[in-house]
Amino acid sequence: MTFEVIKPGLLTTIQDLGRPGYFHLGIPEGGAMDRAAMRIANMLVGNPEDAAGLEAVFMGPELKFNHDALVAIGGAEMPVFVDGEERKGWTSFPVKTGQTLKFGYLKTGARIYIAINGGIDTPPALGSRSTYPIGALGGFEGRALAAGDTVPVGKATASAKERTLDQSLLAELPKPVELRVLPGLYWHRLTEASQKQFFADEWKVAPEADRMGYRFRGGNPVKFVEREQPFGAGSDPSNIVDGCYSYGSIQIPGGTEPIVLHRDAVSGGGYFTIGAIISADMDLIGQLQPNTPVKFRQVDMASALDARHVRTAQLDKIRSALS
Amino acid sequence: MKTRYSYGGDEHIFVEMDEDMSLDAFFKSLAMSNAAREANIDGVREICPANASFQVRYDPEVIAPEDMMAKLKELEKIAINAEKRLETRIVEVPVYYQDPWTYDCVMRFRERHQDPSGTDLDYAARINGYDSVEAFIEAHHSAPWFVSMVGFVSGLPFLYQLVERSKQIEVPKYLRPRTDTPKQTVGYGGCFSCVYSVRGAGGYQMFGITPMTIFDADQKVSYLKDFMVFFKPGDIVKWKPIDRTEYDRIVKAVDDGTYQPRIAEVTFDLEDFNGDMEGTNAKLMEALNDV
Repeated sequence: MTFEVIKPGLLTTIQDLGRPGYFHLGIPEGGAMDRAAMRIANMLVGNPEDAAGLEAVFMGPELKFNHDALVAIGGAEMPVFVDGEERKGWTSFPVKTGQTLKFGYLKTGARIYIAINGGIDTPPALGSRSTYPIGALGGFEGRALAAGDTVPVGKATASAKERTLDQSLLAELPKPVELRVLPGLYWHRLTEASQKQFFADEWKVAPEADRMGYRFRGGNPVKFVEREQPFGAGSDPSNIVDGCYSYGSIQIPGGTEPIVLHRDAVSGGGYFTIGAIISADMDLIGQLQPNTPVKFRQVDMASALDARHVRTAQLDKIRSALS
Repeated sequence: MKTRYSYGGDEHIFVEMDEDMSLDAFFKSLAMSNAAREANIDGVREICPANASFQVRYDPEVIAPEDMMAKLKELEKIAINAEKRLETRIVEVPVYYQDPWTYDCVMRFRERHQDPSGTDLDYAARINGYDSVEAFIEAHHSAPWFVSMVGFVSGLPFLYQLVERSKQIEVPKYLRPRTDTPKQTVGYGGCFSCVYSVRGAGGYQMFGITPMTIFDADQKVSYLKDFMVFFKPGDIVKWKPIDRTEYDRIVKAVDDGTYQPRIAEVTFDLEDFNGDMEGTNAKLMEALNDV
């Protein structure tokens, strides 16, 4: 059971829920940027939630199926067609042998998730099929899909039947987009005025936004508390002795443009960080397009944990609705 | 040294031993991260040691952030009493300094450098007070190095030179990071040397290149069959300067599967080292003679 890549889209990679356990060697967890969307797409086709599917950013691929499959699309809003006939998002539908899956223009969001019953069956690397192109690890030969690739699909499960998600169960995108931040790490390096300014400013997603990190611009450069630079850190006030980075941590190299590290994060480096985006808002970042206005909102640990529980409860509801 | 604890979002705790880099800070961070691993705390997902800090990733559904924090603070007492002694290995890593590939890259990204008039080596030699690039290269490879962190991307080692602080080389990172660095470039930033394990972006100054593969996702390289990443924290490295002929020979040997890095088992004791740096280094490097 396979499908063939006719057109790969802009950047389409095989992803699952990632490979935790190797960050101490510089190999990030990876996996779907919008975890919930990947999980739900898998639920819709009767797969385990951690089955491997495709993540496509801004543009869908064109795929020709060599077997009868059940497919579902989650994540961004993008019209989907089977041999030219439109199908719905967040709904599983059959694609028969010889039929072609194709996409229209992106409407909202940034990344779609394509789940196929049986799951993509490329060889796992370090316990995951997620593609980590920098290390040529996992996915399809360690890289994004290219035209002409024939991708193996696993054996379909018996529970595969057509399902539709009640979209009122999905979390609504806040407008304008707000990303909640728990200050910490090297937050004390900023002056008090700069700390306030960071949250007061309106930022925009920069074009340099990918699986490793999302860059933001448009706000004021930050100001540092004066000090003599520590030994070994480097001369710029934004430099530190190279340390570990948290997923979701916000670094501001040179004090100008914040970068939020995402699923394919570098594991460490020599820039100070001001805290991290709370775990509940990480999926949302994966759906932001360049130029989207964004505000960062300061929260405390209690609110971060509340937000996490709200998200878990939402997913639980969806899980029982689709089971 | 003053230990600083901080949350990194709701899933991480970051512990900094010291703002400054030192072997004392490294050993304390290693001891604490080892103690955290051995404590087998329920809910801990990953433990990442770094040069003078470490980080724990945990699941806040399993262990509350404040409980995780309290447990780590307890471990600090164990770490203070831990032996500053490592059973480790010394590895000879061949380096082709002033090679044509990093030179080409140095030139391509000149406008991102502090001093576009010369090469990275010219600049690093000058700001560190060396008369010539040759004398600077000699200082870079004559004393051994200590792998104090593995990370950034795919098994990239950060190395700290085993010399007194006044002799340590310090250089800034590029003004703006490059979008490209040749695979296996030997780089330098702050007080750290590194080996770029894969091709990609980078901000460290570029001094040379090693023919020795240090990351192989396919695990086809003979000495990476057990694991795809070569270095681990605590490894000791001796750079060996080589020329183009030797570089080409080793590249071919790595491809053929006949290359075996020179490695010897050694003990590194921080107190011995602090008491007699030159003597300790001489002993470490002698171990390679028997290989």
